[in-house]
Amino acid sequence: MRGWDQFLWVIYPYVVLTVFVGGHLYRIHIHPYSWTSRSSELLEKRWLRWGSPLFHWGILAVFLGHVAGLLVPKSVHEAFGLSDTVYHFLAVTAGGVAGLAAAIGAILLLVRRVGVPRVRRTSRTGDFVAIALVCLVILSGLWATLWNGLGHADFDYRETIGPWLRGVLTFQPDATRMAAVPLPFKVHVLAALGLFAVWPFTRLVHVFSLPLAYLWRSYVLYRRRQSRAVVKP
Amino acid sequence: MRIKAHVAMVMNLDKCIGCHTCSITCKNTWTNRPGAEYMWWNNVETKPGVGYPREWENQEKYKGGWELKNGELELRSGSRARRLAHIFHNPDLPTLDDYYEPWTYDYEMLTTSPERKRQPVARPKSIFTGSYMNPEWGPNWEDDLAGAPETGPRDPLLKGLEERVQMAFEQVFMFHLPRICEHCLNPPCVSSCPSGAMYKRDEDGIVLVDQEACRGWRFCVSSCPYKKVYFNWHTGKAEKCTLCFPRLEAGLPTICSETCVGRIRYLGLLLYDADAVKRAASAVREQDLYAAQLGVFLDPHDPEVIAQARREGIPDDWIAAAQRSPVYKLIVAWKVALPLHPEYRTLPMVWYIPPLSPLVHAVEGDEAVEGADVFLAIDLMRIPIAYLANLLAAGDVGVVRGVLKKLAVLRAAMRARTLGKEPDGDLLRETGLDEATVNDMYRLLAIAKYHDRFVLPTAHREQVADLFGEQGTCGLSFAGTPGGCGL
Repeated sequence: MRGWDQFLWVIYPYVVLTVFVGGHLYRIHIHPYSWTSRSSELLEKRWLRWGSPLFHWGILAVFLGHVAGLLVPKSVHEAFGLSDTVYHFLAVTAGGVAGLAAAIGAILLLVRRVGVPRVRRTSRTGDFVAIALVCLVILSGLWATLWNGLGHADFDYRETIGPWLRGVLTFQPDATRMAAVPLPFKVHVLAALGLFAVWPFTRLVHVFSLPLAYLWRSYVLYRRRQSRAVVKP
Repeated sequence: MRIKAHVAMVMNLDKCIGCHTCSITCKNTWTNRPGAEYMWWNNVETKPGVGYPREWENQEKYKGGWELKNGELELRSGSRARRLAHIFHNPDLPTLDDYYEPWTYDYEMLTTSPERKRQPVARPKSIFTGSYMNPEWGPNWEDDLAGAPETGPRDPLLKGLEERVQMAFEQVFMFHLPRICEHCLNPPCVSSCPSGAMYKRDEDGIVLVDQEACRGWRFCVSSCPYKKVYFNWHTGKAEKCTLCFPRLEAGLPTICSETCVGRIRYLGLLLYDADAVKRAASAVREQDLYAAQLGVFLDPHDPEVIAQARREGIPDDWIAAAQRSPVYKLIVAWKVALPLHPEYRTLPMVWYIPPLSPLVHAVEGDEAVEGADVFLAIDLMRIPIAYLANLLAAGDVGVVRGVLKKLAVLRAAMRARTLGKEPDGDLLRETGLDEATVNDMYRLLAIAKYHDRFVLPTAHREQVADLFGEQGTCGLSFAGTPGGCGL
């Protein structure tokens, strides 16, 4: 059992993390031309009109929730006077609503990708894999939140998954923290790691292109011709 | 004053016969690739009509171009923040059906069909799904007014003209409008690109998409009021007319210009003041935008302009080319070319000479229109001046009338010369022409020699590249060639 725990909660995450970081660096430097959101709004926008905003805004809220609940230690919550009951209530309701929006959006997008001939026939394997995994991760996350909200309030991931995740990210991994975590959460974490592993090779890379700098940029841009670096064979 | 050089184009609509040669050669050169099947960087439309994509001129629908909001220039699609808020679903984006679903034909049927009573037919098949389909729109669907009784009335340019213009046969009119990217001085596509992937080239003003920086946010597509930026569904990137920059850099005209059967296209340089662009685009009255844009262009013969251009590093052969520019003559010196939809506030750089057309009613008297009747005739032409004014002058009928008068007087003067008569001096004076100008205009517009139509200096690559160092770094024996350079 210890060996399995070590593999699932230490080795696997680091393999994923390596592929995730390395994959992104490889792609932006070697294949910058392929880095895009691969929007299919041109081909179909009736389904997209509902699916895409629901999913994107939902998942943005879910992401912020994960940062607040997992990366910020429980002690910080307590320092701000956030009691366990209040935190639990907020996490389950706000997280549930955001998760539900993201889930509905993602399912609409999945149905659209498979069901609209024009979109299906112009999709690449990576597009199907990405949306399927995204649905899996969101649904398992919703399952865990529901399980947590409906009668299992005594489980606090801020004492198990949170420290484990921070441990992995600070290179002090501790598999024992995950050993006693209930099944829905384990499934969610493993699915999410799976998603991160394929992430750099799909359209999901566009997350890192969020163009906030546009808000401060001048409208018209000029570029001068640059000299090419000469590569001698 | 910040002087920049700009490659500009003028198309003489008086000579366009609507043969689509420009579209075909452009397609074969640039857009015969997966993801680009539906793109026509150059297309020829029949006006009146709703065009390609359908109703591209309807900015209530697509929110393209600029407008004045409380006196400030702003994109019609709103602020930067509003666009980012719509990044997951752009309500102003056309769909493929507004252009058309690209198709091929079931050619195999023609050779494999068994003997039957009737000829086998190659049915159209969707490029996407491979299933049979009925084409419902295309880049020249309304060719020569096909279907115009149905679609024509939805042409936004007909607003306010209804009682005069009808689709009835005896009153019908048409002309062809070839369209490419306008390479605007105030480009809304560049301004709406959240990634900063689109830019104007400093040296020649060509608007390009950096394919490695484009992230597929697609606001360029909806913000361009001419709908001349396209989204490639295969690569997930925006693409557009490049003004054939590899050809221009070598001193050759664009492929659409090179192959134009009617020789309607002119290419040359204009010098302009980059600091004056924003003010010109912010003119309060839409009808003033034409004059405002003329005010941005600089006289390449002015010693001060020449001195300043030299100081800013514009090469001498480029200044000389600007002085010989056919485009400068047509736009600035003779003022016979007009911008396409100046009211979009884009300050476009592809201009049009409005077409003369047959008269609706015979003018009484002489069989040929002469003397003051030339001016009378302008208002009796089949193509209503108000329609041309909506297209080329933000509705200012006077501007279009002025241009058509010049063209008509030019014709009358040349006709008089052919008949061995004296040209009417009053007419010439009234339109501000003289014998020498008439001669120049005739040579450029009617004779239209290749080297008069296209005055293009080659690019100065030696200023930015180590050409000596590049020797031997690329060749046909390299991996991935031609053009691979071993990479």
